[in-house]
Amino acid sequence: MSASLLRFFGGRKSAPASATAPIARERLQILLAHERSIRGEPDLLVLLRDEILAVVSRHVRLDPDRVIVKLDRSDTVSTLEVDIELPNGFERIAAAG
Amino acid sequence: MAKVLVVTSGKGGVGKTTSTAALGAALAQSGEKVVVVDFDVGLRNLDLVMGAERRVVFDLINVVQGVAKLSQALIRDKRLENLWLLPASQTRDKEALTDEGVGSIIAELRTKFDWILCDSPAGIERGATLAMRYADEAVIITNPEVSSVRDSDRIIGMLDSKTVKAEKGEHVKKHVLITRYDTARAARGEMLTIEDILEILATPLLGIIPESQDVLRASNVGSPVTLNNAASAPARAYTDAARRLMGETVTMLVPAERKGLMNRLLGRRAA
Repeated sequence: MSASLLRFFGGRKSAPASATAPIARERLQILLAHERSIRGEPDLLVLLRDEILAVVSRHVRLDPDRVIVKLDRSDTVSTLEVDIELPNGFERIAAAG
Repeated sequence: MAKVLVVTSGKGGVGKTTSTAALGAALAQSGEKVVVVDFDVGLRNLDLVMGAERRVVFDLINVVQGVAKLSQALIRDKRLENLWLLPASQTRDKEALTDEGVGSIIAELRTKFDWILCDSPAGIERGATLAMRYADEAVIITNPEVSSVRDSDRIIGMLDSKTVKAEKGEHVKKHVLITRYDTARAARGEMLTIEDILEILATPLLGIIPESQDVLRASNVGSPVTLNNAASAPARAYTDAARRLMGETVTMLVPAERKGLMNRLLGRRAA
């Protein structure tokens, strides 16, 4: 069926200000564009966390429970936040090679 | 040639079982020989919606395990002689469902029926992946609501990658069936429109089933809605969808706004 025919009875022309469907539509479009792009790929966040922790662990002994990884996606930029808590007087590991 | 059609959605409660029963009955009413197969092991309901819950003796898992023959597990509908049901097991472990077992049952059903409708469980686990595994076509049931559309998108991705057809480089033919659609709410901008859903999912439309009390009434009495009240709006929409599955071109009707009988009698306009 043609899009114009659907538009005919789609009824988006005079939606009142309280209409929430356009918000739903926009949120879905952004989310699904992202989800489709990562489909079948290994979880990037897990990969980043593991590799970052591996690097830091070469020098400092870490408590894995004191590591927080956060990702915040917005329209134009995304931020990856890695929060590693080191107790005062933490144990240093002699750098190997 | 027999067609294997999976009725799937990802999300639960959107109308997979209702739609499997209604489409299966509508195809059978057109003279096709149809079997509806329940893949929801442990939470079977297709028997109940079809009104055959007291006639279940053997089930899908019994056949997979060789305890029963396929012909012993198939239940013939009491109203339509060319409509059959293969129930799921209510008690057994769903791990008993194997890829090979399902493959051999589907192959045997292909020799006996024109249409094999697989009613998928919700989710994306083994039951859902096996229900779609051997499908030639898929009906993706979608409600005009964000979580349902998102899950439909996920299921479309699985149909394109995890089915036997996809692995052979072929395509499972996909159709979106929108259920519980309320034209008035969509027009007020409270509900995603059909156009929104189709644009987001980029998949052709099979039909639009209006939100209707007739659907609940039919399941209450254990009858597919196309049999229980063939003149009702959802039954007509399902019948049209079944005709499209058979390759007919049927004009797509958007369910009209429902007016209550009292309103019509009193000539009142909607506020």
